[in-house]
Amino acid sequence: MTSPFAPGIVSGRLTPDDLARNFGDLHPPLDAHEAHVAADRCYFCYDAPCVTACPTGIDIPLFIRQIATGQPEAAGKTIFDSNILGGMCARVCPTEELCEEVCVREVAEGKPVEIGRLQRYATDSVMATGRQPYVRAEPTGKRIAVVGAGPAGLACAHRLAMKGHDVTIFEARDKPGGLNEYGIAAYKTPGGFAQAEVEWLLTIGGITIQNGKALGADLTLEALQAEYDAVFLGMGLGGVNALAVDGADLPGVGPAVQFIADLRQSPDKGALAVGRNVVVIGGGMTAIDAAVQSRLLGAENVTIVYRRGREAMSASTWEQDLAASKGVRILTHVQPLAVHGTGGAAEIELEYTSDVGGKLTGTGETFRLPADQVLQAIGQKLAGETGLTLEGGKIAVTGPGRTSLDGVWAGGDCALGGDDLTVTAVAEGRDAAEDIHSKLMAEG
Amino acid sequence: MADLTTDFLGIKSINPFWLASAPPTDKEYNVRRAFEAGWGGVVWKTLGSEGPPVVNVNGPRYGAVYGADRRLLGLNNIELITDRDLYVNLEEIRRVKADYPDRAVIVSIMVPCEEDAWKAILPLVEETGADGIELNFGCPHGMSERGMGSAVGQVPEYIQMVTEWCKKYYSRPVIVKLTPNITDIRKPAAAAHAGGADAVSLINTINSITSVDLDLMAPQPTIDGKGSHGGYCGPAVKPIALSMVSEIARAEETRGMPISGIGGITTWRDAAEFMVMGCGTVQVCTAAMTYGFKVVQEMAAGLSQWMDEKGYASTADFVGAAVPNVTDWQYLNLNYVTKARIDQDLCISCGRCYAACEDTSHQAIWMHEGRVFEVNDAECVACNLCVDVCPVEDCITMERLPGGTVDARTGKVVSDEYANWTTHPNNPMARAAE
Repeated sequence: MTSPFAPGIVSGRLTPDDLARNFGDLHPPLDAHEAHVAADRCYFCYDAPCVTACPTGIDIPLFIRQIATGQPEAAGKTIFDSNILGGMCARVCPTEELCEEVCVREVAEGKPVEIGRLQRYATDSVMATGRQPYVRAEPTGKRIAVVGAGPAGLACAHRLAMKGHDVTIFEARDKPGGLNEYGIAAYKTPGGFAQAEVEWLLTIGGITIQNGKALGADLTLEALQAEYDAVFLGMGLGGVNALAVDGADLPGVGPAVQFIADLRQSPDKGALAVGRNVVVIGGGMTAIDAAVQSRLLGAENVTIVYRRGREAMSASTWEQDLAASKGVRILTHVQPLAVHGTGGAAEIELEYTSDVGGKLTGTGETFRLPADQVLQAIGQKLAGETGLTLEGGKIAVTGPGRTSLDGVWAGGDCALGGDDLTVTAVAEGRDAAEDIHSKLMAEG
Repeated sequence: MADLTTDFLGIKSINPFWLASAPPTDKEYNVRRAFEAGWGGVVWKTLGSEGPPVVNVNGPRYGAVYGADRRLLGLNNIELITDRDLYVNLEEIRRVKADYPDRAVIVSIMVPCEEDAWKAILPLVEETGADGIELNFGCPHGMSERGMGSAVGQVPEYIQMVTEWCKKYYSRPVIVKLTPNITDIRKPAAAAHAGGADAVSLINTINSITSVDLDLMAPQPTIDGKGSHGGYCGPAVKPIALSMVSEIARAEETRGMPISGIGGITTWRDAAEFMVMGCGTVQVCTAAMTYGFKVVQEMAAGLSQWMDEKGYASTADFVGAAVPNVTDWQYLNLNYVTKARIDQDLCISCGRCYAACEDTSHQAIWMHEGRVFEVNDAECVACNLCVDVCPVEDCITMERLPGGTVDARTGKVVSDEYANWTTHPNNPMARAAE
């Protein structure tokens, strides 16, 4: 084992036991007794606020009542009817700013019904059976291409397959799942859940996945359009925004998304290298996930630096608190000026900022932090060229994901709108599928 | 702190909280624990005739009905009377009473409806020094099939006959325990009164099947694939018990007769409600079976505090205080007009009042933008359903419309005067005002 105080980016800072504990389930599943106690707290509200707050509109009071009456599998079906990736969403949704934030018991007592954990209990119950409660409709003979096997693409493909269409998913990476597989903190989805969920989802039939097929490199939109009756684009944001400061090319400086992906793909966390002093630049979920996991790997000092105030961070307060509880320091109103070091990052130079009326300026006051690893989490961007109309760097869509090109739909992070959440991607994929189905059936 | 000492039929106890005749009072060990925990008295589990005791089933004896969070709301029991030897019980009763002179020890008895059977057991009970007896005419399961328990309680003539025997062969107070499994509780109470009973106690348990095993297709508790109705008790039966107590308390024939109230009493408030409805003491079983004997400490402290707040020096000050206000429907004031009011500060916007009113009542609640709920007086009949389904206490209340205001629903001016159905113009039987 390496000393936790070893300088530089090294592996094995913690014992295997510590690492196993650190990367265990962040929210352990409810057992049957806990689920009943939690379910009994639901008031079965009329036109419930939690349903309105859920991007996929899951009938939450109904599924909780089904748990309370002893049928968690029926509860699971209620969830999957609206959100086929309800299992993943139960684990990764920021429920504290969606369903649970508006739960009337949160409003009344500051203690919401534990919707997320109950959802996991219900969906796990169904997935434990190995079956899914859906069968395909009669074949329609229609063929649809879906680009990207992430949440949007999978949700779209499943809904289309249910309707009797044949779907081919083209996925650039080696494994399906998208950000569920590559972009979410390991402690939120331990146990290979993302792959298990995809396998379960595919048991509907009628969906084939071709891996190693990226739009632009291996496929063209024109070819897909020529071969298929409709095309859905859900390839996410493959590019990362570059860190435009001196020293950004030094070894030790890199994108947080790659760090997170490597972490997820590594079965042995002890083999993963992490710096002693890690600085993460950014204010979103990616920054939090990278910073927290750096700490969990054994980095001694982990600092998130963000150029605006806490309230402007897109990571939820709950996530910020999680980071703080893991020993991550969050510095706000600072921006990077340069990374210094010889042969590798050693220090980061930062400048305080002033945010007056939304206009951000450096104050001129600078300081340096030790940094043998710098992770940039300052946003992702669309990779490649589609020829579609873009807006704000994303594919412009109207209604249920219709792009500027007839016969081409888009959803998830690559499309305009949504909150870059798994759950919004699922909703967009599902709604696009319904629209595609209507259109194709109307055409006959 | 108010003094809870109670005198019921001349029987003194440190408080009015007695344990009902039931499994918790089956033997000395339990009863001593109960007295140490603070119970004012016990009614010893029912004794049967001398000879081989009854036998109980060896499978489950209880079934349950649950509320949220698996709170026990109702319990169903198929246990019979004591299955221990008569003389063992009598000796234990004697010892316990000698050690606890300030507590009430009542002996429950159930023997066949034959004078000799009662004549035989009563002197044995008298010798124990127990304070009185309670005649078990209530058990609805098992023993009733043998012509005892509720089989007796359902025939007023038998009640009177047996009570008379008891008064003849026993010198201390005789309490008759009534079964609720009848049409009119006033009849058996009157029979007990006619037979010379010193008091009645009620209710015994209600015929019940709490649940059905959907795999076995059998009632629960299930004994080798079969089930039998049991006796229902616990918080769920309290409303039935209160009503029956009130009927006896206000009936002409039984008015003023001492009552020991039984039926789902769980808290000091439940006890106070039974007492103001005419009960000199209350008997508890399910609460003790659910939470242990310690519950009496909350009951005693709570009743005492409430008495202090109300200025009552002794329990006798308020026993029966609510009886004059129990009346027939026909005498309720039809000019008493109320409307529901929702406290917007307390409202948590769950919308249950809206669902209840819109779907099942009078469409008298508006749901405004932003989940704001408001009562529409023009439709509100003041049914109280919104109050009952609201999860927040006192969030919705009923507010009386003062005389002289116009009821938006009827368009009529609210009158200050009392007027009931007997004189209402819509009543074909209305007595014409002379």
